[in-house]
Amino acid sequence: MEAVAQKIRETAAKLLSEGKVDCVIGYAQGTVPMRDYPYFAYTPEEAQNLTWSPFCCNNLANFLIRRPKGEIGKVAIVAQGCVSRSIVGLIKENQIAREDVYILGVPSPGMVDRRKVQDRFPLKTITEVTVDGEDLVVKGKDFEERIPQKEVRRDNCYTCVQRNPVIVDEMMGEEGPSDWGGNIDAVAAPWEKLEPGERWEAFIDEVDSCIRCYACRDACPLCYCHVCFVDEAMPQWCGKTQDEADVATFHILRAFHCAGRCTDCGACESACPQGIKVRRFTSKIEKDIRELYDYSPGMDLEATPPLSVYRPNDPQEFIK
Amino acid sequence: MKSLLEYVGIEPGRLHFSWISSAEATKFQETVVEVTESVKALGPAKHMIKDIRKVA
Ligand code: SF4
Ligand code: SF4
Ligand code: SF4
Repeated sequence: MEAVAQKIRETAAKLLSEGKVDCVIGYAQGTVPMRDYPYFAYTPEEAQNLTWSPFCCNNLANFLIRRPKGEIGKVAIVAQGCVSRSIVGLIKENQIAREDVYILGVPSPGMVDRRKVQDRFPLKTITEVTVDGEDLVVKGKDFEERIPQKEVRRDNCYTCVQRNPVIVDEMMGEEGPSDWGGNIDAVAAPWEKLEPGERWEAFIDEVDSCIRCYACRDACPLCYCHVCFVDEAMPQWCGKTQDEADVATFHILRAFHCAGRCTDCGACESACPQGIKVRRFTSKIEKDIRELYDYSPGMDLEATPPLSVYRPNDPQEFIK
Repeated sequence: MKSLLEYVGIEPGRLHFSWISSAEATKFQETVVEVTESVKALGPAKHMIKDIRKVA
Protein backbone atom coordinates (compact mmCIF):
# COMPACT_ATOMS: atom_id res chain seq x y z
CA MET A 1 0.00 0.00 0.00
CA GLU A 2 2.75 2.41 0.97
CA ALA A 3 4.59 1.52 -2.25
CA VAL A 4 1.52 2.56 -4.25
CA ALA A 5 1.24 5.82 -2.30
CA GLN A 6 4.94 6.51 -2.93
CA LYS A 7 4.50 5.83 -6.64
CA ILE A 8 1.49 8.19 -6.73
CA ARG A 9 3.52 10.98 -5.08
CA GLU A 10 6.48 10.50 -7.43
CA THR A 11 4.36 10.32 -10.56
CA ALA A 12 2.23 13.28 -9.51
CA ALA A 13 5.31 15.40 -8.79
CA LYS A 14 6.79 14.45 -12.16
CA LEU A 15 3.62 15.22 -14.11
CA LEU A 16 3.26 18.59 -12.36
CA SER A 17 6.88 19.66 -12.74
CA GLU A 18 6.92 18.66 -16.42
CA GLY A 19 3.75 20.66 -16.89
CA LYS A 20 1.89 17.66 -18.33
CA VAL A 21 -1.02 18.33 -16.01
CA ASP A 22 -2.11 21.35 -13.96
CA CYS A 23 -3.60 19.42 -11.12
CA VAL A 24 -3.48 15.95 -9.64
CA ILE A 25 -6.62 14.81 -7.89
CA GLY A 26 -5.94 12.23 -5.22
CA TYR A 27 -6.34 11.73 -1.49
CA ALA A 28 -4.57 13.16 1.52
CA GLN A 29 -4.58 11.83 5.04
CA GLY A 30 -7.56 13.08 7.01
CA THR A 31 -7.41 14.94 10.29
CA VAL A 32 -9.55 12.28 11.93
CA PRO A 33 -8.83 8.55 11.59
CA MET A 34 -10.22 6.64 8.59
CA ARG A 35 -11.28 9.77 6.74
CA ASP A 36 -8.79 10.38 3.99
CA TYR A 37 -10.13 13.20 1.91
CA PRO A 38 -9.99 14.36 -1.72
CA TYR A 39 -6.92 16.44 -2.31
CA PHE A 40 -5.92 18.68 -5.22
CA ALA A 41 -2.18 18.95 -5.76
CA TYR A 42 -1.16 21.89 -7.95
CA THR A 43 2.60 21.86 -7.27
CA PRO A 44 5.22 19.09 -6.94
CA GLU A 45 5.49 20.05 -3.24
CA GLU A 46 1.77 19.60 -2.70
CA ALA A 47 2.03 16.24 -4.44
CA GLN A 48 3.96 15.01 -1.40
CA ASN A 49 0.74 15.17 0.62
CA LEU A 50 -0.94 12.55 -1.55
CA THR A 51 -1.67 9.18 -0.04
CA TRP A 52 -3.39 5.88 -0.79
CA SER A 53 -5.14 3.74 1.80
CA PRO A 54 -8.28 1.70 2.50
CA PHE A 55 -9.86 4.92 3.79
CA CYS A 56 -10.32 6.57 0.39
CA CYS A 57 -14.11 6.40 0.26
CA ASN A 58 -14.92 9.29 -2.05
CA ASN A 59 -15.38 8.91 -5.78
CA LEU A 60 -12.86 11.32 -7.28
CA ALA A 61 -14.53 11.22 -10.69
CA ASN A 62 -16.99 13.61 -9.08
CA PHE A 63 -14.35 16.35 -9.28
CA LEU A 64 -13.78 16.03 -13.02
CA ILE A 65 -17.15 17.51 -13.83
CA ARG A 66 -18.46 21.05 -13.49
CA ARG A 67 -14.98 22.35 -14.29
CA PRO A 68 -15.24 25.67 -16.10
CA LYS A 69 -13.87 25.09 -19.59
CA GLY A 70 -10.46 26.60 -20.23
CA GLU A 71 -9.98 27.69 -16.65
CA ILE A 72 -8.02 24.64 -15.78
CA GLY A 73 -6.03 22.44 -18.11
CA LYS A 74 -5.47 18.76 -18.11
CA VAL A 75 -5.82 16.93 -14.81
CA ALA A 76 -4.49 13.66 -13.50
CA ILE A 77 -6.68 11.56 -11.28
CA VAL A 78 -6.09 8.62 -8.99
CA ALA A 79 -8.59 5.94 -9.96
CA GLN A 80 -9.35 2.44 -8.76
CA GLY A 81 -11.88 0.15 -10.45
CA CYS A 82 -15.16 1.89 -9.63
CA VAL A 83 -13.78 5.40 -10.13
CA SER A 84 -12.38 4.45 -13.53
CA ARG A 85 -15.81 3.07 -14.42
CA SER A 86 -17.37 6.37 -13.41
CA ILE A 87 -14.85 8.17 -15.62
CA VAL A 88 -15.85 5.94 -18.54
CA GLY A 89 -19.46 6.84 -17.82
CA LEU A 90 -18.69 10.56 -17.77
CA ILE A 91 -16.83 10.30 -21.09
CA LYS A 92 -19.79 8.47 -22.62
CA GLU A 93 -22.17 11.13 -21.30
CA ASN A 94 -19.96 13.83 -22.84
CA GLN A 95 -19.17 15.44 -19.51
CA ILE A 96 -15.42 15.11 -19.94
CA ALA A 97 -13.07 14.37 -22.81
CA ARG A 98 -10.76 11.37 -22.62
CA GLU A 99 -7.75 13.47 -23.62
CA ASP A 100 -8.32 15.92 -20.76
CA VAL A 101 -7.71 13.34 -18.05
CA TYR A 102 -4.60 11.42 -17.22
CA ILE A 103 -5.55 8.35 -15.23
CA LEU A 104 -3.25 7.09 -12.51
CA GLY A 105 -4.62 3.57 -12.11
CA VAL A 106 -4.57 1.84 -8.74
CA PRO A 107 -5.69 -1.67 -7.85
CA SER A 108 -8.27 -1.26 -5.10
CA PRO A 109 -7.52 -2.66 -1.65
CA GLY A 110 -11.24 -2.50 -0.81
CA MET A 111 -12.30 0.40 1.34
CA VAL A 112 -13.00 0.18 5.03
CA ASP A 113 -16.37 1.18 6.44
CA ARG A 114 -15.47 3.45 9.34
CA ARG A 115 -18.83 2.76 10.96
CA LYS A 116 -18.11 -0.95 11.14
CA VAL A 117 -14.80 -0.20 12.87
CA GLN A 118 -16.36 2.27 15.29
CA ASP A 119 -19.12 -0.24 16.11
CA ARG A 120 -16.44 -2.55 17.53
CA PHE A 121 -15.56 0.10 20.11
CA PRO A 122 -18.85 1.41 21.43
CA LEU A 123 -18.60 4.78 23.16
CA LYS A 124 -14.83 4.87 22.74
CA THR A 125 -12.86 7.43 20.80
CA ILE A 126 -10.55 6.04 18.17
CA THR A 127 -7.49 8.25 17.83
CA GLU A 128 -5.46 6.40 15.24
CA VAL A 129 -5.95 3.65 12.68
CA THR A 130 -3.04 2.32 10.68
CA VAL A 131 -2.73 -0.43 8.12
CA ASP A 132 -0.50 -3.39 8.83
CA GLY A 133 -0.66 -5.93 6.03
CA GLU A 134 -4.15 -7.42 5.98
CA ASP A 135 -5.03 -5.93 9.35
CA LEU A 136 -5.97 -2.56 10.77
CA VAL A 137 -4.39 -1.46 14.01
CA VAL A 138 -6.93 0.59 15.93
CA LYS A 139 -5.71 2.74 18.79
CA GLY A 140 -7.49 4.80 21.41
CA LYS A 141 -6.80 6.24 24.82
CA ASP A 142 -6.49 2.95 26.66
CA PHE A 143 -6.76 0.30 23.99
CA GLU A 144 -5.04 -1.04 20.93
CA GLU A 145 -6.54 -3.79 18.81
CA ARG A 146 -5.99 -5.51 15.49
CA ILE A 147 -8.94 -6.09 13.17
CA PRO A 148 -8.70 -7.97 9.86
CA GLN A 149 -9.64 -5.54 7.09
CA LYS A 150 -11.83 -8.13 5.46
CA GLU A 151 -14.23 -8.02 8.41
CA VAL A 152 -14.91 -4.30 8.19
CA ARG A 153 -15.04 -3.49 4.49
CA ARG A 154 -17.83 -1.45 2.97
CA ASP A 155 -20.77 -3.52 1.69
CA ASN A 156 -20.20 -2.48 -1.90
CA CYS A 157 -16.52 -3.43 -1.74
CA TYR A 158 -17.33 -7.03 -0.77
CA THR A 159 -19.27 -7.50 -3.98
CA CYS A 160 -17.08 -5.40 -6.27
CA VAL A 161 -16.34 -7.10 -9.58
CA GLN A 162 -13.83 -4.63 -10.95
CA ARG A 163 -11.12 -3.69 -8.50
CA ASN A 164 -8.63 -2.87 -11.23
CA PRO A 165 -9.16 0.24 -13.32
CA VAL A 166 -10.79 -0.30 -16.73
CA ILE A 167 -8.94 2.58 -18.39
CA VAL A 168 -5.49 3.72 -17.40
CA ASP A 169 -2.67 5.95 -18.55
CA GLU A 170 -0.17 4.77 -16.00
CA MET A 171 -0.47 2.02 -13.39
CA MET A 172 0.58 2.84 -9.81
CA GLY A 173 0.92 -0.79 -8.75
CA GLU A 174 0.49 -4.37 -9.88
CA GLU A 175 -3.01 -5.34 -10.99
CA GLY A 176 -4.65 -7.46 -8.33
CA PRO A 177 -7.56 -9.90 -8.47
CA SER A 178 -10.63 -8.31 -10.03
CA ASP A 179 -13.14 -9.27 -7.33
CA TRP A 180 -13.47 -10.46 -3.74
CA GLY A 181 -15.67 -13.38 -4.62
CA GLY A 182 -18.86 -11.70 -3.37
CA ASN A 183 -22.00 -12.08 -5.48
CA ILE A 184 -23.74 -8.77 -5.99
CA ASP A 185 -26.89 -10.33 -7.43
CA ALA A 186 -27.45 -12.19 -4.17
CA VAL A 187 -27.49 -9.02 -2.06
CA ALA A 188 -28.39 -6.28 -4.53
CA ALA A 189 -32.07 -6.15 -3.68
CA PRO A 190 -32.60 -7.16 -0.05
CA TRP A 191 -36.27 -6.15 0.03
CA GLU A 192 -37.18 -8.46 -2.84
CA LYS A 193 -37.18 -11.25 -0.28
CA LEU A 194 -39.95 -9.54 1.66
CA GLU A 195 -43.63 -9.95 0.97
CA PRO A 196 -44.98 -7.02 -1.07
CA GLY A 197 -46.97 -5.92 1.97
CA GLU A 198 -43.88 -5.64 4.17
CA ARG A 199 -41.69 -3.71 1.79
CA TRP A 200 -43.01 -0.23 2.31
CA GLU A 201 -42.42 -0.48 6.02
CA ALA A 202 -38.85 -1.73 5.49
CA PHE A 203 -38.21 1.08 3.03
CA ILE A 204 -39.52 3.82 5.30
CA ASP A 205 -37.70 2.31 8.24
CA GLU A 206 -34.44 2.63 6.32
CA VAL A 207 -34.91 6.23 5.17
CA ASP A 208 -36.76 7.46 8.24
CA SER A 209 -33.76 9.27 9.69
CA CYS A 210 -32.90 11.04 6.41
CA ILE A 211 -32.31 14.73 7.07
CA ARG A 212 -32.40 15.64 3.36
CA CYS A 213 -28.85 16.98 3.47
CA TYR A 214 -28.17 15.58 -0.04
CA ALA A 215 -24.66 14.46 0.85
CA CYS A 216 -25.42 11.21 -0.97
CA ARG A 217 -26.27 13.12 -4.12
CA ASP A 218 -23.34 15.50 -3.87
CA ALA A 219 -20.87 12.64 -3.40
CA CYS A 220 -22.02 10.93 -6.58
CA PRO A 221 -20.33 11.55 -9.94
CA LEU A 222 -23.60 10.82 -11.72
CA CYS A 223 -25.43 13.69 -10.07
CA TYR A 224 -24.10 16.59 -12.04
CA CYS A 225 -27.37 18.32 -12.97
CA HIS A 226 -27.02 22.08 -12.57
CA VAL A 227 -30.36 22.17 -10.85
CA CYS A 228 -31.34 18.92 -9.21
CA PHE A 229 -35.01 18.01 -9.19
CA VAL A 230 -35.06 18.37 -5.41
CA ASP A 231 -33.81 21.96 -5.57
CA GLU A 232 -36.18 23.04 -8.30
CA ALA A 233 -38.97 25.26 -6.97
CA MET A 234 -40.90 26.01 -10.19
CA PRO A 235 -42.34 23.46 -10.49
CA GLN A 236 -41.59 21.81 -7.21
CA TRP A 237 -41.16 18.16 -8.16
CA CYS A 238 -40.48 17.09 -4.64
CA GLY A 239 -41.55 18.71 -1.37
CA LYS A 240 -38.82 19.92 0.91
CA THR A 241 -40.13 18.59 4.17
CA GLN A 242 -39.12 15.49 6.08
CA ASP A 243 -42.60 14.12 5.60
CA GLU A 244 -42.64 10.45 4.63
CA ALA A 245 -43.95 11.14 1.13
CA ASP A 246 -41.27 13.74 0.38
CA VAL A 247 -38.42 11.63 1.72
CA ALA A 248 -39.70 8.61 -0.21
CA THR A 249 -39.98 10.65 -3.41
CA PHE A 250 -36.44 11.91 -3.03
CA HIS A 251 -34.96 8.45 -2.55
CA ILE A 252 -36.91 6.77 -5.32
CA LEU A 253 -36.11 9.49 -7.83
CA ARG A 254 -32.47 10.01 -6.93
CA ALA A 255 -31.92 6.31 -7.46
CA PHE A 256 -33.92 6.26 -10.66
CA HIS A 257 -31.83 9.09 -12.12
CA CYS A 258 -28.79 6.84 -11.64
CA ALA A 259 -30.36 3.89 -13.46
CA GLY A 260 -28.01 2.16 -15.86
CA ARG A 261 -25.17 4.44 -14.74
CA CYS A 262 -24.32 3.53 -11.15
CA THR A 263 -20.97 1.80 -10.70
CA ASP A 264 -21.70 0.83 -7.10
CA CYS A 265 -18.73 2.85 -5.86
CA GLY A 266 -20.42 3.32 -2.50
CA ALA A 267 -19.50 7.01 -2.19
CA CYS A 268 -23.15 7.89 -1.51
CA GLU A 269 -23.41 5.46 1.36
CA SER A 270 -20.06 6.52 2.82
CA ALA A 271 -21.16 10.15 2.68
CA CYS A 272 -24.47 9.75 4.48
CA PRO A 273 -24.20 11.16 8.00
CA GLN A 274 -27.17 9.04 9.09
CA GLY A 275 -25.78 5.72 7.89
CA ILE A 276 -28.69 5.15 5.52
CA LYS A 277 -28.10 2.31 3.08
CA VAL A 278 -28.85 4.34 -0.03
CA ARG A 279 -27.32 1.69 -2.28
CA ARG A 280 -30.36 -0.51 -1.62
CA PHE A 281 -32.11 1.41 -4.37
CA THR A 282 -29.35 1.84 -6.92
CA SER A 283 -28.06 -1.72 -6.59
CA LYS A 284 -31.57 -3.06 -7.13
CA ILE A 285 -31.90 -1.01 -10.32
CA GLU A 286 -28.50 -2.10 -11.61
CA LYS A 287 -29.44 -5.72 -10.99
CA ASP A 288 -32.53 -5.19 -13.15
CA ILE A 289 -30.37 -3.56 -15.81
CA ARG A 290 -28.04 -6.55 -15.84
CA GLU A 291 -30.97 -8.92 -16.10
CA LEU A 292 -32.84 -6.98 -18.77
CA TYR A 293 -30.00 -5.66 -20.89
CA ASP A 294 -26.95 -7.64 -19.80
CA TYR A 295 -25.18 -4.36 -19.15
CA SER A 296 -22.89 -3.07 -16.39
CA PRO A 297 -22.10 0.64 -16.40
CA GLY A 298 -18.61 1.91 -17.12
CA MET A 299 -17.01 -1.39 -18.04
CA ASP A 300 -16.49 -0.58 -21.68
CA LEU A 301 -15.94 2.74 -23.39
CA GLU A 302 -17.52 1.45 -26.61
CA ALA A 303 -20.68 -0.18 -25.21
CA THR A 304 -23.92 1.75 -25.67
CA PRO A 305 -25.78 2.54 -22.43
CA PRO A 306 -29.12 0.72 -22.73
CA LEU A 307 -31.25 3.61 -21.49
CA SER A 308 -29.92 6.00 -24.11
CA VAL A 309 -31.03 3.99 -27.13
CA TYR A 310 -34.20 2.44 -28.43
CA ARG A 311 -34.12 -1.08 -29.76
CA PRO A 312 -37.19 -2.76 -31.22
CA ASN A 313 -36.62 -5.75 -28.96
CA ASP A 314 -36.35 -3.72 -25.73
CA PRO A 315 -38.12 -5.48 -22.88
CA GLN A 316 -41.56 -3.91 -22.47
CA GLU A 317 -43.69 -6.34 -20.51
CA PHE A 318 -44.76 -3.48 -18.26
CA ILE A 319 -46.52 -1.66 -21.11
CA LYS A 320 -50.03 -2.84 -21.88
CA MET B 1 -39.57 2.42 -12.59
CA LYS B 2 -42.39 -0.05 -12.05
CA SER B 3 -39.97 -2.63 -10.78
CA LEU B 4 -38.38 -0.11 -8.41
CA LEU B 5 -41.72 1.03 -7.02
CA GLU B 6 -42.80 -2.54 -6.45
CA TYR B 7 -39.49 -3.15 -4.72
CA VAL B 8 -40.22 -0.42 -2.19
CA GLY B 9 -43.73 -1.73 -1.62
CA ILE B 10 -46.09 0.07 -3.98
CA GLU B 11 -48.77 -2.44 -5.01
CA PRO B 12 -48.21 -3.95 -8.50
CA GLY B 13 -51.72 -3.05 -9.68
CA ARG B 14 -51.42 0.64 -8.86
CA LEU B 15 -49.10 1.75 -11.61
CA HIS B 16 -49.92 1.15 -15.25
CA PHE B 17 -48.16 1.93 -18.48
CA SER B 18 -49.73 1.87 -21.88
CA TRP B 19 -48.98 3.05 -25.36
CA ILE B 20 -52.11 4.20 -27.15
CA SER B 21 -52.31 5.96 -30.45
CA SER B 22 -54.84 8.74 -30.96
CA ALA B 23 -56.58 6.41 -33.41
CA GLU B 24 -57.01 3.62 -30.90
CA ALA B 25 -60.21 4.68 -29.22
CA THR B 26 -61.25 1.18 -28.20
CA LYS B 27 -57.87 0.39 -26.70
CA PHE B 28 -58.04 3.64 -24.73
CA GLN B 29 -61.49 2.85 -23.43
CA GLU B 30 -60.53 -0.70 -22.49
CA THR B 31 -57.34 0.39 -20.75
CA VAL B 32 -59.11 3.02 -18.70
CA VAL B 33 -61.65 0.47 -17.53
CA GLU B 34 -58.89 -1.98 -16.68
CA VAL B 35 -56.83 0.58 -14.78
CA THR B 36 -59.85 1.85 -12.87
CA GLU B 37 -60.92 -1.63 -11.90
CA SER B 38 -57.48 -2.66 -10.82
CA VAL B 39 -56.93 0.44 -8.71
CA LYS B 40 -60.42 0.24 -7.22
CA ALA B 41 -59.75 -3.33 -6.21
CA LEU B 42 -56.70 -2.16 -4.26
CA GLY B 43 -58.65 0.46 -2.37
CA PRO B 44 -57.42 3.91 -1.39
CA ALA B 45 -53.64 4.52 -1.52
CA LYS B 46 -51.86 3.89 1.74
CA HIS B 47 -48.45 5.24 0.84
CA MET B 48 -47.02 8.43 -0.62
CA ILE B 49 -49.73 10.56 0.92
CA LYS B 50 -48.79 13.90 2.28
CA ASP B 51 -51.28 15.34 4.70
CA ILE B 52 -50.81 19.07 4.37
CA ARG B 53 -52.63 19.63 7.66
CA LYS B 54 -49.94 17.62 9.43
CA VAL B 55 -46.89 19.15 7.76
CA ALA B 56 -47.88 22.76 7.55
S1 SF4 C 1 -30.86 13.23 -8.19
FE1 SF4 C 1 -31.38 13.41 -10.32
S2 SF4 C 1 -31.81 15.57 -10.61
FE2 SF4 C 1 -30.66 15.39 -8.74
S3 SF4 C 1 -28.55 15.70 -9.36
FE3 SF4 C 1 -28.94 13.48 -9.33
S4 SF4 C 1 -29.48 13.03 -11.44
FE4 SF4 C 1 -29.69 15.23 -11.17
S1 SF4 D 1 -25.27 6.14 -6.72
FE1 SF4 D 1 -23.75 5.80 -5.10
S2 SF4 D 1 -22.75 3.87 -5.65
FE2 SF4 D 1 -23.81 4.62 -7.48
S3 SF4 D 1 -22.26 5.79 -8.61
FE3 SF4 D 1 -23.40 7.24 -7.29
S4 SF4 D 1 -22.17 7.39 -5.42
FE4 SF4 D 1 -21.49 5.53 -6.52
S1 SF4 E 1 -26.87 11.66 2.79
FE1 SF4 E 1 -28.24 10.44 4.06
S2 SF4 E 1 -29.35 11.92 5.35
FE2 SF4 E 1 -28.39 13.07 3.67
S3 SF4 E 1 -30.00 13.16 2.08
FE3 SF4 E 1 -28.74 11.37 1.61
S4 SF4 E 1 -29.80 9.66 2.65
FE4 SF4 E 1 -30.60 11.56 3.54
